[in-house]
Amino acid sequence: MNPISMLGGLGRAVLSLLTAFGRVALFALDAISHIFRPPFYPREFGIALLNIGWLSLPVVGLTAIFTGGALALQIYAGGARFNAEAVVPQIVAIGMVRELGPVLVGLMIAARVTSSIAAEIATMKVTEQIDALVTLSTHPMKYLTAPRVLAALITVPVLVAVGDIIGIAGGYTVATQNLGFNPAAYLKNTVDFLEMRDIVSSLVKGAAFGMIAAIMGCYYGMTSGRGAQGVGRATKGSVEAAAVLILAANFVLTGVFFSL
Amino acid sequence: MIRMENVHKAFDDNHVLQGMDLEIPKGTSMVIIGGSGTGKSVALKCILGLIKPDSGMIYVDGKDAQKGDRDAFLARFGMLFQGAALFDSLPVWQNVAFRLLRGSLKRPTEEAREIAIEKLRRVGLKSNVADRLPAELSGGMQKRVGLARAIAAEPEIIFFDEPTTGLDPIMSGVINDLIREIVTEMGATAMTITHDMSSVRAIADNVAMLHDGVIQWTGPVSQMDASGDPYMEQFISGSAEGPIEAVR
Repeated sequence: MNPISMLGGLGRAVLSLLTAFGRVALFALDAISHIFRPPFYPREFGIALLNIGWLSLPVVGLTAIFTGGALALQIYAGGARFNAEAVVPQIVAIGMVRELGPVLVGLMIAARVTSSIAAEIATMKVTEQIDALVTLSTHPMKYLTAPRVLAALITVPVLVAVGDIIGIAGGYTVATQNLGFNPAAYLKNTVDFLEMRDIVSSLVKGAAFGMIAAIMGCYYGMTSGRGAQGVGRATKGSVEAAAVLILAANFVLTGVFFSL
Repeated sequence: MIRMENVHKAFDDNHVLQGMDLEIPKGTSMVIIGGSGTGKSVALKCILGLIKPDSGMIYVDGKDAQKGDRDAFLARFGMLFQGAALFDSLPVWQNVAFRLLRGSLKRPTEEAREIAIEKLRRVGLKSNVADRLPAELSGGMQKRVGLARAIAAEPEIIFFDEPTTGLDPIMSGVINDLIREIVTEMGATAMTITHDMSSVRAIADNVAMLHDGVIQWTGPVSQMDASGDPYMEQFISGSAEGPIEAVR
């Protein structure tokens, strides 16, 4: 392959990537703008709150408790190599609140909620339900996208907070039951070590990841191809894109909060 | 009255509509026939604004369909989709009363429910269907619910996209009769797209034959059999011989 055609191929790939980013960005702006413009659909918003928030609690709780427990074991085992076993409460707290809580909840939401939103909206598109909405004078962005994005924006930070607490509780349980830590000292070390910045960063990450998860689900659903294959592709693509964007956003937000 | 003038629409290199002209007088029932993939649904969606034509003009009552208040424009239309397109998550009555529960036509919930049940009755469904989910209904019942939804807000113009596809001949006859009765009773302008010649004879005042992106023949249903148009004759007879290629 000659250098010119290689350059051409590279240029096309970059252009196509930029086009995709542009489309998603325009879609996201449109979705967000519809949150603030009437008509509003409280019933759809309530259902989205229930689906994204309440029904995600079991998976978030289980993920957090096992991760917190495993983290305590790892820190204890790793710390023992240089006589630093005592830092378990501090590292579990900081690890859960700053990183693992938001990222794991974000990824769980991408797996559970993004896929479900993409599959539902893509199926609606394939079966002409989106066209039917339009003919019934209902804007699909207002009826389908805005309630889901707003619900994710509100509920995912709450899920992250719950995940953080349950994760710390998992570490506490393992540390006090298996590793011989004093319960009162463990809790005091945890509380003393956490700063307001850690908690704020956790919640901001939760809000950002929630928006990414909902927007990617809606975007892939609304732009899905035809038939079962189109629905399958939309679902798979939405989860991949949401997971990658959540990890990238985590890197950026960590830089913003903790490199200053 | 609906008028399409020289409407073109292509999807990449597939030129679906290539200068379609059509006129549907107010209060009449027009049926568009043509083979699969000839652009019948595209034409219908262009009128509704679900698809934007590449060029050409579409007028509804003399006004450009692509300009003006979109909600007010769509409030004049009702549509029965090919697969009924009922909302899975809503019970039947809320599907029928969808328009009456929100937006500019919003009514109190009880009134909307009563209207929905009345419309369900009009299409031959009992009130006990109202609280079921669409997935619990047969294909024919779903079509009738779709028809009830299309007429719930008493629109001036009703579109029917393949209303009898996938139904047995008896249910097809029921749906055809319902469409004819409702259109006559409401005095609505109707546009139907179908392959089903029994539907054409039951529903149409006028017929248009769409092929190669243009209307090949149009006229009253009474003149359809003696049209002298080779496309029309081949379509009516269902023959593989003629200007319409059997393998497309």
